[in-house]
Amino acid sequence: MTESIDYWSLLYVFVLAAFIGLGVIRRVSRLLHTPLMSITNAISGIAVIGSIIVTGGDYPTGIRIMGAIALFASMTNIVSGFLITDRMLKMFKTDRAPKADTKP
Amino acid sequence: MIHALVQLSYLVATVLFIFALHWMNAPVTARKGVFAGVAAMVIAVLVTWAQPEIVHHGWIIVAIIAGFAVGIPLSLVPLTAVPQRTALSHAFGGLAAGLVGTAKYYLWISEGPEHLTTFRMVAIIIEIILGYLTFTGSLMAAGKLQEVKWIPQRPVTYPLQNLTNVGLLILAAVVGVALTLNPTAGWAPMLFPVVIVLALVFGVLLIIPIGGADMPTVIAILNAYAGLAAVAMGFVLDNKLLITAGALDGASGLILAIIMCKAMNRSFVNVLFGAFGQAQQAKTGGEDKTYKSETVEGGAQVLEQANLVVIIPGYGMAVAQAQHKVRELYDQLRKRGVTVKFAIHPVAGRMPGHMNVLLAEADIPYTDLVEMDEINSEMPQCDVALVVGANDVVNPAARTDKSSPIFGMPIIDADKARTVFAIKRSKNPGFAGIDNELYFAERTWMLFGDAKNVVGELVKQLSGSGSH
Repeated sequence: MTESIDYWSLLYVFVLAAFIGLGVIRRVSRLLHTPLMSITNAISGIAVIGSIIVTGGDYPTGIRIMGAIALFASMTNIVSGFLITDRMLKMFKTDRAPKADTKP
Repeated sequence: MIHALVQLSYLVATVLFIFALHWMNAPVTARKGVFAGVAAMVIAVLVTWAQPEIVHHGWIIVAIIAGFAVGIPLSLVPLTAVPQRTALSHAFGGLAAGLVGTAKYYLWISEGPEHLTTFRMVAIIIEIILGYLTFTGSLMAAGKLQEVKWIPQRPVTYPLQNLTNVGLLILAAVVGVALTLNPTAGWAPMLFPVVIVLALVFGVLLIIPIGGADMPTVIAILNAYAGLAAVAMGFVLDNKLLITAGALDGASGLILAIIMCKAMNRSFVNVLFGAFGQAQQAKTGGEDKTYKSETVEGGAQVLEQANLVVIIPGYGMAVAQAQHKVRELYDQLRKRGVTVKFAIHPVAGRMPGHMNVLLAEADIPYTDLVEMDEINSEMPQCDVALVVGANDVVNPAARTDKSSPIFGMPIIDADKARTVFAIKRSKNPGFAGIDNELYFAERTWMLFGDAKNVVGELVKQLSGSGSH
Protein backbone atom coordinates (compact mmCIF):
# COMPACT_ATOMS: atom_id res chain seq x y z
CA MET A 1 0.00 0.00 0.00
CA THR A 2 1.66 3.19 -1.08
CA GLU A 3 -0.13 6.32 -0.06
CA SER A 4 0.32 8.98 -2.62
CA ILE A 5 -0.42 12.39 -1.22
CA ASP A 6 -0.03 15.39 -3.45
CA TYR A 7 2.13 17.44 -1.11
CA TRP A 8 2.57 20.20 -3.62
CA SER A 9 -1.13 20.87 -3.88
CA LEU A 10 -1.33 21.03 -0.08
CA LEU A 11 1.42 23.64 -0.06
CA TYR A 12 -0.35 25.61 -2.79
CA VAL A 13 -3.56 25.54 -0.77
CA PHE A 14 -1.70 26.80 2.28
CA VAL A 15 0.04 29.66 0.50
CA LEU A 16 -3.08 30.80 -1.34
CA ALA A 17 -5.22 30.56 1.79
CA ALA A 18 -2.65 32.60 3.69
CA PHE A 19 -2.80 35.35 1.07
CA ILE A 20 -6.60 35.34 1.08
CA GLY A 21 -6.44 35.54 4.87
CA LEU A 22 -4.07 38.51 4.79
CA GLY A 23 -6.28 40.30 2.25
CA VAL A 24 -9.50 39.71 4.15
CA ILE A 25 -8.16 40.43 7.64
CA ARG A 26 -6.48 43.65 6.55
CA ARG A 27 -9.93 45.09 5.86
CA VAL A 28 -11.38 44.17 9.23
CA SER A 29 -12.47 47.26 11.15
CA ARG A 30 -10.10 48.20 13.96
CA LEU A 31 -13.13 48.57 16.15
CA LEU A 32 -13.64 44.84 15.92
CA HIS A 33 -10.18 43.51 16.63
CA THR A 34 -11.22 41.85 19.87
CA PRO A 35 -14.23 40.08 18.29
CA LEU A 36 -11.98 39.19 15.35
CA MET A 37 -9.65 37.45 17.73
CA SER A 38 -12.44 35.53 19.39
CA ILE A 39 -13.97 34.43 16.09
CA THR A 40 -10.58 33.21 14.88
CA ASN A 41 -10.31 31.33 18.19
CA ALA A 42 -13.51 29.60 17.23
CA ILE A 43 -12.27 28.95 13.70
CA SER A 44 -9.03 27.48 15.07
CA GLY A 45 -11.36 24.97 16.72
CA ILE A 46 -11.26 23.35 13.26
CA ALA A 47 -8.72 21.06 14.93
CA VAL A 48 -11.96 19.30 15.87
CA ILE A 49 -11.69 17.45 12.54
CA GLY A 50 -8.40 15.83 13.41
CA SER A 51 -9.62 15.17 16.94
CA ILE A 52 -12.75 13.35 15.77
CA ILE A 53 -10.72 11.16 13.41
CA VAL A 54 -8.32 10.20 16.20
CA THR A 55 -11.04 9.73 18.84
CA GLY A 56 -13.52 7.77 16.75
CA GLY A 57 -11.20 5.54 14.73
CA ASP A 58 -10.54 1.91 15.59
CA TYR A 59 -7.31 2.68 17.43
CA PRO A 60 -5.63 1.73 20.74
CA THR A 61 -7.16 3.32 23.84
CA GLY A 62 -4.19 5.55 24.64
CA ILE A 63 -4.40 7.18 21.23
CA ARG A 64 -8.13 7.68 21.49
CA ILE A 65 -7.74 9.29 24.93
CA MET A 66 -5.41 11.88 23.41
CA GLY A 67 -7.98 12.43 20.67
CA ALA A 68 -10.80 12.87 23.17
CA ILE A 69 -8.86 15.49 25.14
CA ALA A 70 -8.05 17.31 21.90
CA LEU A 71 -11.71 17.10 20.88
CA PHE A 72 -12.78 18.57 24.22
CA ALA A 73 -10.26 21.41 23.86
CA SER A 74 -11.34 22.23 20.28
CA MET A 75 -15.02 22.04 21.12
CA THR A 76 -14.49 24.45 24.03
CA ASN A 77 -12.87 26.88 21.61
CA ILE A 78 -15.68 26.56 19.09
CA VAL A 79 -18.48 27.04 21.63
CA SER A 80 -16.93 29.82 23.69
CA GLY A 81 -15.42 31.54 20.65
CA PHE A 82 -18.60 31.90 18.63
CA LEU A 83 -20.79 32.71 21.66
CA ILE A 84 -18.55 35.46 23.02
CA THR A 85 -18.01 36.94 19.56
CA ASP A 86 -21.74 37.26 19.09
CA ARG A 87 -22.14 38.63 22.59
CA MET A 88 -19.57 41.36 21.92
CA LEU A 89 -20.87 42.20 18.45
CA LYS A 90 -24.36 42.78 19.82
CA MET A 91 -22.91 45.64 21.88
CA PHE A 92 -21.65 47.61 18.89
CA LYS A 93 -24.38 50.11 18.06
CA THR A 94 -24.44 53.33 16.09
CA ASP A 95 -26.67 55.13 18.54
CA ARG A 96 -28.52 54.36 21.69
CA ALA A 97 -32.14 54.81 22.52
CA PRO A 98 -32.43 58.59 22.58
CA LYS A 99 -32.96 58.84 26.32
CA ALA A 100 -30.24 61.45 26.79
CA ASP A 101 -31.62 63.68 24.07
CA THR A 102 -35.31 63.65 24.98
CA LYS A 103 -34.81 65.66 28.14
CA PRO A 104 -34.99 69.42 27.59
CA MET B 1 -18.67 9.24 -4.29
CA ILE B 2 -18.43 9.67 -0.52
CA HIS B 3 -15.00 11.15 -0.98
CA ALA B 4 -16.37 13.73 -3.41
CA LEU B 5 -19.21 14.68 -1.06
CA VAL B 6 -16.81 15.09 1.85
CA GLN B 7 -14.47 17.25 -0.20
CA LEU B 8 -17.36 19.35 -1.50
CA SER B 9 -18.62 19.95 2.05
CA TYR B 10 -15.15 20.94 3.18
CA LEU B 11 -14.93 23.35 0.28
CA VAL B 12 -18.24 24.93 1.25
CA ALA B 13 -17.00 25.23 4.84
CA THR B 14 -13.82 26.94 3.61
CA VAL B 15 -15.83 29.51 1.66
CA LEU B 16 -18.06 30.14 4.67
CA PHE B 17 -15.01 30.71 6.89
CA ILE B 18 -13.67 33.27 4.43
CA PHE B 19 -17.02 35.06 4.42
CA ALA B 20 -17.13 34.92 8.22
CA LEU B 21 -13.93 36.94 8.34
CA HIS B 22 -14.88 39.14 5.40
CA TRP B 23 -18.06 40.25 7.16
CA MET B 24 -16.01 41.35 10.17
CA ASN B 25 -14.95 44.39 8.14
CA ALA B 26 -17.85 46.44 9.49
CA PRO B 27 -19.96 46.28 12.66
CA VAL B 28 -23.20 46.15 10.62
CA THR B 29 -22.33 42.90 8.86
CA ALA B 30 -20.18 41.33 11.57
CA ARG B 31 -22.92 39.24 13.18
CA LYS B 32 -23.61 37.61 9.82
CA GLY B 33 -19.99 36.52 9.99
CA VAL B 34 -20.65 34.61 13.20
CA PHE B 35 -23.52 32.72 11.58
CA ALA B 36 -21.35 31.84 8.57
CA GLY B 37 -18.64 30.61 10.93
CA VAL B 38 -21.06 28.48 12.94
CA ALA B 39 -22.53 26.99 9.75
CA ALA B 40 -19.07 26.13 8.47
CA MET B 41 -18.12 24.49 11.74
CA VAL B 42 -21.33 22.44 11.94
CA ILE B 43 -20.73 21.17 8.39
CA ALA B 44 -17.11 20.31 9.20
CA VAL B 45 -18.01 18.40 12.37
CA LEU B 46 -20.96 16.46 10.93
CA VAL B 47 -19.22 15.50 7.69
CA THR B 48 -16.11 14.31 9.52
CA TRP B 49 -18.15 12.41 12.06
CA ALA B 50 -20.21 10.69 9.36
CA GLN B 51 -17.19 9.15 7.66
CA PRO B 52 -17.11 5.34 7.68
CA GLU B 53 -13.79 5.08 9.54
CA ILE B 54 -15.33 6.71 12.60
CA VAL B 55 -16.62 3.67 14.44
CA HIS B 56 -16.61 4.69 18.11
CA HIS B 57 -19.08 7.41 19.00
CA GLY B 58 -19.34 7.35 22.80
CA TRP B 59 -16.20 9.34 23.57
CA ILE B 60 -16.94 11.80 20.80
CA ILE B 61 -20.32 12.57 22.33
CA VAL B 62 -18.84 12.88 25.83
CA ALA B 63 -16.03 15.18 24.66
CA ILE B 64 -18.46 17.39 22.74
CA ILE B 65 -20.77 17.69 25.73
CA ALA B 66 -17.78 18.50 27.95
CA GLY B 67 -16.73 21.15 25.42
CA PHE B 68 -20.14 22.78 25.68
CA ALA B 69 -20.10 22.53 29.47
CA VAL B 70 -16.82 24.45 29.70
CA GLY B 71 -17.28 26.63 26.62
CA ILE B 72 -20.58 28.21 27.61
CA PRO B 73 -19.36 29.59 30.97
CA LEU B 74 -16.15 30.74 29.27
CA SER B 75 -18.21 32.82 26.85
CA LEU B 76 -19.94 34.63 29.72
CA VAL B 77 -16.86 36.10 31.40
CA PRO B 78 -16.88 39.86 32.08
CA LEU B 79 -15.47 41.80 29.14
CA THR B 80 -12.50 42.96 31.21
CA ALA B 81 -11.49 39.28 31.35
CA VAL B 82 -11.63 38.78 27.59
CA PRO B 83 -7.82 38.97 27.16
CA GLN B 84 -7.24 36.01 29.48
CA ARG B 85 -10.13 34.08 27.91
CA THR B 86 -8.52 34.61 24.53
CA ALA B 87 -5.14 33.46 25.80
CA LEU B 88 -6.77 30.37 27.33
CA SER B 89 -8.41 29.64 24.02
CA HIS B 90 -5.04 29.77 22.25
CA ALA B 91 -3.78 27.31 24.88
CA PHE B 92 -6.60 24.90 24.06
CA GLY B 93 -5.91 25.25 20.35
CA GLY B 94 -2.22 24.51 20.89
CA LEU B 95 -3.01 21.53 23.12
CA ALA B 96 -5.39 20.01 20.56
CA ALA B 97 -2.79 20.31 17.80
CA GLY B 98 -0.05 18.87 19.98
CA LEU B 99 -2.15 15.90 21.08
CA VAL B 100 -3.38 15.02 17.60
CA GLY B 101 0.20 15.18 16.30
CA THR B 102 1.41 12.95 19.13
CA ALA B 103 -1.43 10.48 18.64
CA LYS B 104 -0.81 10.25 14.90
CA TYR B 105 2.91 9.64 15.39
CA TYR B 106 2.46 6.72 17.77
CA LEU B 107 -0.38 5.37 15.67
CA TRP B 108 1.71 5.32 12.52
CA ILE B 109 4.69 3.81 14.33
CA SER B 110 2.52 0.93 15.46
CA GLU B 111 0.79 0.52 12.10
CA GLY B 112 3.94 0.41 10.04
CA PRO B 113 6.97 2.51 9.27
CA GLU B 114 5.94 3.16 5.67
CA HIS B 115 3.40 5.71 6.97
CA LEU B 116 6.09 7.92 8.46
CA THR B 117 7.27 9.66 5.32
CA THR B 118 9.73 12.52 5.60
CA PHE B 119 7.04 15.02 4.70
CA ARG B 120 4.75 13.75 7.43
CA MET B 121 7.53 13.68 9.99
CA VAL B 122 8.44 17.30 9.27
CA ALA B 123 4.78 18.26 9.55
CA ILE B 124 4.35 16.32 12.80
CA ILE B 125 7.45 17.85 14.38
CA ILE B 126 6.32 21.37 13.42
CA GLU B 127 2.82 20.63 14.66
CA ILE B 128 3.91 19.40 18.07
CA ILE B 129 6.56 22.09 18.63
CA LEU B 130 4.12 24.88 17.73
CA GLY B 131 1.21 23.20 19.49
CA TYR B 132 2.89 22.53 22.82
CA LEU B 133 4.77 25.82 23.01
CA THR B 134 1.53 27.65 22.28
CA PHE B 135 -0.13 25.59 25.00
CA THR B 136 2.20 26.51 27.85
CA GLY B 137 3.00 29.99 26.53
CA SER B 138 -0.68 30.88 26.34
CA LEU B 139 -1.36 29.40 29.76
CA MET B 140 1.40 31.63 31.16
CA ALA B 141 -0.03 34.65 29.35
CA ALA B 142 -3.53 33.87 30.64
CA GLY B 143 -2.12 33.46 34.15
CA LYS B 144 -0.34 36.81 33.99
CA LEU B 145 -3.47 38.53 32.70
CA GLN B 146 -5.64 36.90 35.34
CA GLU B 147 -3.01 37.89 37.92
CA VAL B 148 -2.71 34.36 39.22
CA LYS B 149 -0.69 34.49 42.42
CA TRP B 150 2.22 32.20 41.60
CA ILE B 151 2.87 33.64 38.16
CA PRO B 152 5.01 36.76 38.37
CA GLN B 153 3.35 39.83 36.83
CA ARG B 154 6.54 41.73 36.35
CA PRO B 155 8.86 40.49 33.64
CA VAL B 156 11.33 37.94 34.99
CA THR B 157 14.79 38.27 33.55
CA TYR B 158 18.01 36.41 34.25
CA PRO B 159 21.46 36.32 32.69
CA LEU B 160 21.79 34.58 29.30
CA GLN B 161 18.00 34.41 29.06
CA ASN B 162 17.77 34.84 25.31
CA LEU B 163 20.63 32.42 24.77
CA THR B 164 18.85 29.82 26.92
CA ASN B 165 15.58 30.27 25.03
CA VAL B 166 17.07 30.15 21.57
CA GLY B 167 19.27 27.23 22.66
CA LEU B 168 16.21 25.27 23.81
CA LEU B 169 14.40 25.89 20.54
CA ILE B 170 17.44 24.86 18.51
CA LEU B 171 17.80 21.73 20.64
CA ALA B 172 14.16 20.84 19.99
CA ALA B 173 14.70 21.38 16.27
CA VAL B 174 17.84 19.22 16.26
CA VAL B 175 16.04 16.36 18.01
CA GLY B 176 13.19 16.87 15.55
CA VAL B 177 15.55 16.56 12.60
CA ALA B 178 17.08 13.41 14.09
CA LEU B 179 13.58 11.94 14.39
CA THR B 180 12.68 12.95 10.87
CA LEU B 181 15.75 11.22 9.47
CA ASN B 182 15.21 8.08 11.55
CA PRO B 183 11.49 7.93 12.25
CA THR B 184 11.46 4.20 12.86
CA ALA B 185 14.69 3.75 14.78
CA GLY B 186 14.32 1.87 18.05
CA TRP B 187 15.08 4.98 20.07
CA ALA B 188 12.67 7.23 18.12
CA PRO B 189 9.51 6.61 20.19
CA MET B 190 11.59 7.38 23.29
CA LEU B 191 13.08 10.55 21.87
CA PHE B 192 9.74 11.90 20.66
CA PRO B 193 8.60 12.98 24.16
CA VAL B 194 11.84 14.94 24.51
CA VAL B 195 10.67 17.27 21.75
CA ILE B 196 7.34 17.65 23.55
CA VAL B 197 9.01 18.52 26.86
CA LEU B 198 11.39 20.99 25.21
CA ALA B 199 8.47 22.72 23.47
CA LEU B 200 6.48 22.88 26.72
CA VAL B 201 9.41 24.40 28.61
CA PHE B 202 10.19 26.81 25.78
CA GLY B 203 6.60 28.11 25.88
CA VAL B 204 6.93 28.98 29.57
CA LEU B 205 10.33 30.60 29.21
CA LEU B 206 9.19 32.62 26.21
CA ILE B 207 6.44 34.37 28.17
CA ILE B 208 8.18 34.80 31.55
CA PRO B 209 10.13 37.93 30.51
CA ILE B 210 7.08 39.65 28.99
CA GLY B 211 5.25 42.44 30.79
CA GLY B 212 1.64 43.52 30.70
CA ALA B 213 2.13 46.36 28.25
CA ASP B 214 3.38 43.89 25.62
CA MET B 215 0.48 41.50 26.07
CA PRO B 216 -1.52 42.72 23.03
CA THR B 217 1.37 41.79 20.73
CA VAL B 218 2.11 38.53 22.49
CA ILE B 219 -1.52 37.40 22.38
CA ALA B 220 -1.59 38.15 18.66
CA ILE B 221 1.61 36.17 18.08
CA LEU B 222 0.25 33.20 20.04
CA ASN B 223 -2.89 33.44 17.91
CA ALA B 224 -0.74 33.08 14.80
CA TYR B 225 1.10 30.08 16.31
CA ALA B 226 -2.18 28.34 17.13
CA GLY B 227 -3.29 28.86 13.53
CA LEU B 228 -0.03 27.55 12.11
CA ALA B 229 -0.24 24.50 14.38
CA ALA B 230 -3.63 23.75 12.79
CA VAL B 231 -2.08 24.16 9.33
CA ALA B 232 0.62 21.65 10.27
CA MET B 233 -2.12 19.28 11.43
CA GLY B 234 -3.70 19.67 8.00
CA PHE B 235 -0.44 18.57 6.37
CA VAL B 236 -0.20 15.60 8.74
CA LEU B 237 -3.76 14.47 8.04
CA ASP B 238 -3.85 15.46 4.37
CA ASN B 239 -6.84 17.70 5.06
CA LYS B 240 -7.29 20.92 3.09
CA LEU B 241 -10.00 22.39 5.32
CA LEU B 242 -7.61 22.27 8.29
CA ILE B 243 -4.98 23.98 6.16
CA THR B 244 -7.23 26.79 4.95
CA ALA B 245 -8.92 27.48 8.31
CA GLY B 246 -5.56 27.35 10.08
CA ALA B 247 -4.05 29.71 7.50
CA LEU B 248 -6.88 32.22 8.01
CA ASP B 249 -6.32 32.04 11.75
CA GLY B 250 -2.57 32.42 11.35
CA ALA B 251 -2.97 35.37 8.98
CA SER B 252 -5.23 37.09 11.48
CA GLY B 253 -2.73 36.68 14.29
CA LEU B 254 0.09 37.88 12.06
CA ILE B 255 -1.70 41.03 10.94
CA LEU B 256 -2.78 41.92 14.47
CA ALA B 257 0.76 41.37 15.72
CA ILE B 258 2.12 43.65 12.98
CA ILE B 259 -0.42 46.37 13.83
CA MET B 260 0.47 46.12 17.51
CA CYS B 261 4.21 46.25 16.80
CA LYS B 262 3.79 49.30 14.59
CA ALA B 263 1.72 50.98 17.27
CA MET B 264 4.64 50.54 19.65
CA ASN B 265 7.36 51.17 17.08
CA ARG B 266 8.97 47.86 17.91
CA SER B 267 9.84 44.65 16.09
CA PHE B 268 8.62 41.10 16.84
CA VAL B 269 12.09 40.13 17.95
CA ASN B 270 12.23 43.09 20.27
CA VAL B 271 8.87 42.25 21.85
CA LEU B 272 9.73 38.59 22.36
CA PHE B 273 13.31 39.03 23.43
CA GLY B 274 13.50 42.63 24.59
CA ALA B 275 12.16 42.28 28.17
CA PHE B 276 10.63 45.70 27.83
CA GLY B 277 8.91 46.11 31.15
CA GLN B 278 12.01 46.22 33.28
CA ALA B 279 11.85 49.14 35.65
CA GLN B 280 13.86 51.92 34.12
CA GLN B 281 16.80 53.35 35.97
CA ALA B 282 15.56 56.37 37.84
CA LYS B 283 16.46 59.35 35.76
CA THR B 284 18.13 62.30 37.35
CA GLY B 285 16.25 65.54 37.54
CA GLY B 286 12.92 63.82 38.10
CA GLU B 287 12.58 64.91 41.72
CA ASP B 288 11.99 68.61 41.30
CA LYS B 289 8.99 68.12 39.02
CA THR B 290 5.67 68.68 40.67
CA TYR B 291 2.14 67.75 39.77
CA LYS B 292 -0.66 70.29 39.77
CA SER B 293 -3.81 68.69 41.02
CA GLU B 294 -7.35 69.82 40.43
CA THR B 295 -10.54 69.16 42.37
CA VAL B 296 -13.50 67.43 40.75
CA GLU B 297 -15.53 70.64 41.18
CA GLY B 298 -13.01 72.61 39.17
CA GLY B 299 -12.66 69.82 36.64
CA ALA B 300 -16.41 69.62 36.11
CA GLN B 301 -16.60 73.37 35.49
CA VAL B 302 -13.94 73.27 32.82
CA LEU B 303 -15.52 70.24 31.16
CA GLU B 304 -18.90 71.95 31.12
CA GLN B 305 -17.55 74.93 29.25
CA ALA B 306 -15.77 72.92 26.58
CA ASN B 307 -16.84 72.50 22.99
CA LEU B 308 -14.83 69.40 22.26
CA VAL B 309 -13.80 66.88 24.90
CA VAL B 310 -11.60 63.94 23.94
CA ILE B 311 -11.53 61.06 26.39
CA ILE B 312 -8.44 58.85 26.20
CA PRO B 313 -9.05 55.49 27.87
CA GLY B 314 -6.38 53.01 28.88
CA TYR B 315 -5.98 49.79 30.78
CA GLY B 316 -6.60 51.67 34.04
CA MET B 317 -10.20 52.22 32.92
CA ALA B 318 -10.64 48.46 32.54
CA VAL B 319 -9.04 47.73 35.91
CA ALA B 320 -11.28 50.24 37.69
CA GLN B 321 -14.34 49.05 35.70
CA ALA B 322 -14.95 52.72 35.01
CA GLN B 323 -16.49 52.37 31.53
CA HIS B 324 -20.08 52.71 32.74
CA LYS B 325 -19.28 55.86 34.71
CA VAL B 326 -17.50 57.18 31.64
CA ARG B 327 -20.70 56.60 29.68
CA GLU B 328 -22.61 58.70 32.25
CA LEU B 329 -20.08 61.46 31.87
CA TYR B 330 -20.47 61.20 28.10
CA ASP B 331 -24.27 61.56 28.51
CA GLN B 332 -23.98 64.54 30.86
CA LEU B 333 -21.61 66.40 28.57
CA ARG B 334 -23.62 65.66 25.44
CA LYS B 335 -26.74 66.97 27.15
CA ARG B 336 -24.92 70.27 27.44
CA GLY B 337 -24.06 70.29 23.77
CA VAL B 338 -20.44 69.31 24.29
CA THR B 339 -18.97 67.10 21.56
CA VAL B 340 -17.36 64.06 23.16
CA LYS B 341 -15.04 61.69 21.33
CA PHE B 342 -12.94 58.78 22.42
CA ALA B 343 -9.36 58.47 21.23
CA ILE B 344 -8.38 54.82 20.88
CA HIS B 345 -4.72 53.85 20.76
CA PRO B 346 -4.17 50.45 19.09
CA VAL B 347 -2.30 49.06 22.10
CA ALA B 348 -4.46 50.58 24.84
CA GLY B 349 -5.51 47.73 27.10
CA ARG B 350 -4.30 44.17 27.14
CA MET B 351 -5.40 42.92 23.71
CA PRO B 352 -6.12 44.37 20.27
CA GLY B 353 -9.40 46.32 20.28
CA HIS B 354 -9.84 45.96 24.06
CA MET B 355 -11.04 49.54 24.66
CA ASN B 356 -13.57 49.46 21.82
CA VAL B 357 -15.31 46.43 23.29
CA LEU B 358 -15.41 47.88 26.81
CA LEU B 359 -16.87 51.18 25.58
CA ALA B 360 -19.35 49.40 23.33
CA GLU B 361 -20.41 47.39 26.37
CA ALA B 362 -21.11 50.66 28.16
CA ASP B 363 -23.42 51.57 25.27
CA ILE B 364 -21.26 54.24 23.70
CA PRO B 365 -21.96 54.40 19.95
CA TYR B 366 -18.97 53.11 18.01
CA THR B 367 -19.18 56.14 15.72
CA ASP B 368 -17.68 58.18 18.58
CA LEU B 369 -14.68 55.85 18.97
CA VAL B 370 -11.93 57.42 16.90
CA GLU B 371 -8.59 55.91 15.94
CA MET B 372 -5.35 57.54 16.96
CA ASP B 373 -4.36 58.74 13.47
CA GLU B 374 -7.69 60.43 12.91
CA ILE B 375 -8.04 62.10 16.30
CA ASN B 376 -4.52 63.52 16.37
CA SER B 377 -5.34 66.11 13.71
CA GLU B 378 -8.19 67.34 15.92
CA MET B 379 -6.26 67.52 19.16
CA PRO B 380 -5.18 71.19 18.78
CA GLN B 381 -8.87 72.15 18.61
CA CYS B 382 -9.69 70.00 21.60
CA ASP B 383 -10.64 71.98 24.73
CA VAL B 384 -10.19 69.20 27.24
CA ALA B 385 -8.33 65.93 26.90
CA LEU B 386 -9.43 63.62 29.70
CA VAL B 387 -7.00 60.76 30.27
CA VAL B 388 -8.70 57.83 32.02
CA GLY B 389 -6.20 55.20 33.06
CA ALA B 390 -3.94 55.59 30.03
CA ASN B 391 -0.26 56.30 30.48
CA ASP B 392 2.41 55.35 27.96
CA VAL B 393 0.11 55.98 24.98
CA VAL B 394 -0.05 59.71 25.87
CA ASN B 395 3.54 60.16 27.01
CA PRO B 396 5.19 62.93 24.94
CA ALA B 397 8.59 61.39 25.73
CA ALA B 398 7.82 59.04 22.84
CA ARG B 399 8.25 62.04 20.53
CA THR B 400 11.08 63.88 22.21
CA ASP B 401 13.19 61.79 24.55
CA LYS B 402 15.61 59.56 22.65
CA SER B 403 16.66 57.78 25.84
CA SER B 404 13.12 56.73 26.69
CA PRO B 405 12.24 53.07 26.10
CA ILE B 406 9.09 54.17 24.32
CA PHE B 407 10.84 56.66 22.02
CA GLY B 408 9.38 56.54 18.52
CA MET B 409 6.08 54.99 19.57
CA PRO B 410 3.14 56.81 17.97
CA ILE B 411 1.06 58.47 20.69
CA ILE B 412 -2.21 60.29 21.08
CA ASP B 413 -1.33 63.98 21.21
CA ALA B 414 -3.10 64.70 24.48
CA ASP B 415 -0.52 67.42 25.25
CA LYS B 416 -1.77 69.50 22.32
CA ALA B 417 -5.19 69.99 23.87
CA ARG B 418 -5.92 73.32 25.56
CA THR B 419 -6.38 71.62 28.91
CA VAL B 420 -5.44 68.11 30.00
CA PHE B 421 -7.01 66.31 32.93
CA ALA B 422 -5.35 63.04 33.86
CA ILE B 423 -7.01 60.64 36.25
CA LYS B 424 -4.43 58.59 38.07
CA ARG B 425 -4.64 56.20 40.96
CA SER B 426 -1.40 57.13 42.65
CA LYS B 427 1.68 59.20 42.12
CA ASN B 428 3.73 56.15 41.07
CA PRO B 429 4.91 55.75 37.49
CA GLY B 430 2.88 53.54 35.13
CA PHE B 431 3.29 49.90 34.22
CA ALA B 432 6.47 50.35 32.26
CA GLY B 433 7.95 52.33 35.10
CA ILE B 434 8.43 55.37 32.90
CA ASP B 435 7.79 58.89 34.12
CA ASN B 436 5.14 60.62 32.06
CA GLU B 437 6.06 64.18 31.13
CA LEU B 438 2.46 64.90 30.26
CA TYR B 439 1.60 64.93 33.97
CA PHE B 440 4.05 67.74 34.63
CA ALA B 441 3.10 69.85 31.61
CA GLU B 442 1.88 73.39 32.04
CA ARG B 443 -1.64 72.71 30.86
CA THR B 444 -2.09 69.45 32.74
CA TRP B 445 -4.01 69.05 35.95
CA MET B 446 -4.15 65.76 37.81
CA LEU B 447 -7.27 64.24 39.29
CA PHE B 448 -5.95 61.70 41.78
CA GLY B 449 -8.08 58.74 42.73
CA ASP B 450 -9.67 55.57 41.45
CA ALA B 451 -10.88 56.17 37.89
CA LYS B 452 -14.40 54.96 38.64
CA ASN B 453 -14.76 57.22 41.69
CA VAL B 454 -13.28 60.29 40.03
CA VAL B 455 -15.45 60.00 36.94
CA GLY B 456 -18.44 59.29 39.19
CA GLU B 457 -17.73 62.48 41.15
CA LEU B 458 -17.45 64.48 37.92
CA VAL B 459 -20.84 63.13 36.85
CA LYS B 460 -22.31 64.09 40.23
CA GLN B 461 -20.96 67.62 39.90
CA LEU B 462 -22.36 67.99 36.41
CA SER B 463 -25.79 66.56 37.18
CA GLY B 464 -26.04 68.60 40.38
CA SER B 465 -25.12 71.96 38.91
CA GLY B 466 -26.38 72.09 35.40
CA SER B 467 -29.83 70.60 34.91
CA HIS B 468 -31.75 73.87 35.04
